[in-house]
Amino acid sequence: MSSVFATIVARDLRLAARRRVEALLPIAFFLVAVSLFPLGVGPEPQTLRQIAPGVVWVCALLAAMLSLTQLYGTDHADGSLEQMLLSGESLWLVSAAKALAHWIVTGAPLVLSAPLFGILFDLSAPANLTLALSLLLGTPILSLLGGLGAALTLGLRSGAVLLILIILPLCIPALIFGAGAVSAAEAGISTRGHFSLLGALLIGSGLLAPWATGAALRIATE
Amino acid sequence: MSSNPPALAACRLACRRGDRLLFRGLDFELKAGQVVWLRGPNGSGKTSLLRLLAGLSTPAEGAVTWGGVPLRQAGADWHRSLCYLAHANALKDDLSVLESLQFLARLHGHAAAEADCGEALKRVGLFSRRHAAVRTLSQGQRRRVALARLQLDAAAPVWILDEPYDALDAEGTAMLDAALSAHAARGGSAVLTSHIDLTLREPVPTVLQLDAYRVQ
Repeated sequence: MSSVFATIVARDLRLAARRRVEALLPIAFFLVAVSLFPLGVGPEPQTLRQIAPGVVWVCALLAAMLSLTQLYGTDHADGSLEQMLLSGESLWLVSAAKALAHWIVTGAPLVLSAPLFGILFDLSAPANLTLALSLLLGTPILSLLGGLGAALTLGLRSGAVLLILIILPLCIPALIFGAGAVSAAEAGISTRGHFSLLGALLIGSGLLAPWATGAALRIATE
Repeated sequence: MSSNPPALAACRLACRRGDRLLFRGLDFELKAGQVVWLRGPNGSGKTSLLRLLAGLSTPAEGAVTWGGVPLRQAGADWHRSLCYLAHANALKDDLSVLESLQFLARLHGHAAAEADCGEALKRVGLFSRRHAAVRTLSQGQRRRVALARLQLDAAAPVWILDEPYDALDAEGTAMLDAALSAHAARGGSAVLTSHIDLTLREPVPTVLQLDAYRVQ
């Protein structure tokens, strides 16, 4: 049964590897957008330290959104999606596989490159580690909720904008607790509460988002 | 396959597209060894009916059953019994021919060893292009790759094919005819649409005119 899961993940990763430039665009966007802030706000270390968690998190959120519009779009257009619906496997599993592949391609590089920006923004070592950890817990939430948005807006003409309008508000809790954890670490306060809530959000969206995504996919292909 | 394979049946089926009823009161049964040729002018609901029969969409009225059980409840059992080929080929431009076929086969629960897929591609005459990107294939060749799935999914008792002859040349048509004959001889059944006259001789296709169920 899990072979369908592995098959979909492996195929999406292979497709991303074939279209490397396209797959790297969200990361490039992330790098450029985050680098703009020190230039715009000014190089005052105190200010930079203060805005760093929010800036990195917001840019990660926008970078994840960039690549979402095509998550189901091409599969829908070329008929692959119908074949996935007919695989006999639960749609929960199909949606979860698509979200995991999306996370590996866009989320994981964000997590890995985040400490670099921690240094750029002069974050302390514990805060920098917290930033990477909060993104590690938070970016899968963005992929899961994003998958839901992509399925809901499948086949709509202005889908890309609508997708962002639907998903961004849903991502606010992850943003608050993710950025909050880093600020707490920077201030030397315990981050346990933030991480517990991020973990709860991840579990909740991991269980519910693929299920809702599956229902949305069914409606979109009716 | 069991000696008495379950049948695909539709009862008092109606299909709605937007606010228009395409057809209504359609009764249909697909018996083992039967090939049904679905006919009707453009827009009469041929593809919609095939999608209803596959369980991809839900009918406005009536029900589709597999072995007496509604499709939604038959679930995985039905999906294992079905090979559905849509008008779109479900191939990815960036993957190679072999990779695309392996993906589709694995999606439907086959082990899809490279040798088996290679054999299927040999049957459709595309073995030499197996490492080529799908992007470089012609429409007819893409159709052939999609049809190679029938060789892998031969054990599925029901084939639902939407315009399978589309873009095929004479050789490809003969190949598909042979596959359908072999499938029917095994006790399998098929529903297909085609805008060109069928060359299939064995079994003689049963014609289903969708016009007869049109809502005026």
